[in-house]
Amino acid sequence: MKNKEKILMLKHLTMRYHTLKQETLAVKDITLDIYSEEFLSIVGPSGCGKSTVLSLISGLLSPSSGEVVITDRKKDLGKSLVGYMLQSDYLFEWRTIEQNIMLGLEIKKLLNEKSREYALKLLEKYELIKFKDHFPNQLSGGMRQKVALIRTLAVKPQILLLDEPFSALDYQTRITLASEVRKIIKTERKTAVLVTHDISEAITLSDRIAILSKRPSTIKRVLEVEFGSQNLSTKQKQRHEKFNDYFDVIWSELNENEKSKH
Amino acid sequence: MRMKNQSTEKYSKEHIEFLRERKKETFKIKFLQAGILLALITLWEVLAAFKIIDSFIMSSPSRIISTMISLYSSGQLWSNIIFTIVETITGFILGTLLGMIIATLIWWSSFTFKVIEPYLVVLNALPKVALGPIIIVWMGAGMGSIILMALLVSVIISIMNILNGFTNVSKEKILLMKSFGATKIQIFKKLVLPSNISTIISTLKINVGMSLIGVITGEFLVSENGIGYLIVYGGQVFKMDLVMAGVLILAVLAWCLYACVAKADFVYSKKK
Ligand SMILES: Nc1ncnc2c1ncn2[C@@H]1O[C@H](COP(=O)(O)OP(=O)(O)OP(=O)(O)O)[C@@H](O)[C@H]1O
Ligand SMILES: [Mg+2]
Repeated sequence: MKNKEKILMLKHLTMRYHTLKQETLAVKDITLDIYSEEFLSIVGPSGCGKSTVLSLISGLLSPSSGEVVITDRKKDLGKSLVGYMLQSDYLFEWRTIEQNIMLGLEIKKLLNEKSREYALKLLEKYELIKFKDHFPNQLSGGMRQKVALIRTLAVKPQILLLDEPFSALDYQTRITLASEVRKIIKTERKTAVLVTHDISEAITLSDRIAILSKRPSTIKRVLEVEFGSQNLSTKQKQRHEKFNDYFDVIWSELNENEKSKH
Repeated sequence: MRMKNQSTEKYSKEHIEFLRERKKETFKIKFLQAGILLALITLWEVLAAFKIIDSFIMSSPSRIISTMISLYSSGQLWSNIIFTIVETITGFILGTLLGMIIATLIWWSSFTFKVIEPYLVVLNALPKVALGPIIIVWMGAGMGSIILMALLVSVIISIMNILNGFTNVSKEKILLMKSFGATKIQIFKKLVLPSNISTIISTLKINVGMSLIGVITGEFLVSENGIGYLIVYGGQVFKMDLVMAGVLILAVLAWCLYACVAKADFVYSKKK
C-alpha cells in the first residue's frame, strides 16, 4: 500500500440488537484500522453482521460498546465524511437522473452552482450525461447502480461504504460494473469498504480483505491482496496464479465457520 | 418522449392491423353498452304502456322525464342539484384535507400511531349513519350537519388510506435519506409525500363517492333540500316517479364528480 495513513479506526466494536423476543449479539469486539485510499472488503457468512459493521461506521447505528474514529485530515469542506451505497440503487422514480444525483446535496443543503457542476461532471466523466433528463426506469440495472454511486460521490465523501452493491445484478453486468466502480473509486481517490458474498469479487477489487466469523462476528483474519502490478484487469487477476491461493484461503476460512456451526 | 416516438416511427403492417383490431373492439364495447341501456329503457316503457307492470309502483321512463321537466320548470331541479353538489364538494375537500393533515401528524409520531390505531379501526368500521341523530341534535337540522356527515364518512377512510401509503414507504429508501443526514421533515417532503402521490389520488377517487354517500345520508335525515331530500320526499308521498328521477339525477351526478377526479388523475399521470 502506498499510503499508510489511517483514516478510520474501529476500536473494540460490539453491537447488540434488542427485540422483544431476544437479544442478538451481532458484532463482538471488532478492531480494525482502515487506511486512506485503500479498498477494503469484508466477507463473512450470511447474517453474521456485515451490514451492521457498515451501519456502525456510517453512524446510522451507535455501538453498544467500543467506538468508531474517523480522522478528518482535510478538516472538512462539507462534513460529508461517509457515503453509503446500498444493495439496490433506490433511485427515486419521480426524479430525473439529474435530480436523483442532487438528492444528497439537497438534503445537506450544499446544492449550489459549484456542487451541481461537480455532480454533472461526474455524470459526464462516467458516460451517463446523456441520460440526465431520463427517469430511472429508462435505464438498465448497471447504469442505475452507477447513478447511485454518483449520487453518493456528489457529496464528496472521503469514505465509501458499499453494502453488496452488485448482488442484484446479473453476472455479466456485475463483473463489468464492479471493475468500473473500483476504477471510479481509485480515480476519485476515495477510501472504500465493501461488503460482499462473492469471494472472487473481493479478491479482484480489494487491497485487503477482512474475513469475519459467524455470528457474533469477530475478525478471523485480514488478508493483504497483492498481484504485483497495480493495474491488472479483472480477467488478468482471475487468471493470475495467486488468485486461486487467495480464493482457497478465504474459502477454507469461511467453511471452517460452516463446520463449527454443527 | 414516448409521444414523439409514436409520430416519427413508421409502423409495421402487423402493428397497424393490431391497432385496427383494438379500435374495432373498443367500438363494439361502446356500442353494446349503449344498446343495453336503450333496450332496457324501451322494455321498461313498453311494459308500462301495455300495463304489464304497474307504472304507479314501477314508474316509467316517460313519467320520469315529465317529472324532471316539471321539476325544471318549477326551479326545483337546479336548486336541489346545486345544494347536493355544494355539500358534496365541501365535504370532500374538508374530508380529504383533514385526512391528509391527520395522517401526516400520525405518521410523524409512531407513538401517536400506536395509541390511536384501535380508535381508527373502530371508527372506520362504525356505520356513520348511526351518528346522524347525534349530529343533528348537536348541529341542528341544516347544511352544517350534512357537510359534517360527508366529512365523517370520508375523513376516516382518507386517514387509513394515506397513512397506509405513508408507512409503506420502503425502509431502505428512508435509510438512504438518513445516510445523507436527512431530517424528518426532509424525509417527508422529499420521499414520503412524492412517493405517495398516486395513493393520494386514489384516495380522492374514493372520497368523492364517500362524500356523496355522506351527503345523501345527511339529506335523508335532515330532509330540507337536495337530491336526497327529493328521494325521501317522493317515497313519503308515494310518488315513485320523483324517487326514480332523483336516483337517476344522483347517478349522473356521481358519474360527473368521479369523472372530474379521474381527469385530475389523468392530467397528473400524463405530466409524469
Ligand atoms: N434492526 C435489527 N434488530 C434486531 N436484529 C437485527 C437487526 N438488524 C440485524 N439484526 C440481526 O443481526 C444479525 C446481523 O445482521 P446483519 O444484517 O448485519 O448481517 P449481514 O452479515 O449483513 O447479513 P447478510 O449476509 O444477510 O446481508 C442478524 O442475525 C440479524 O438478524
Ligand atoms: Mg447485509
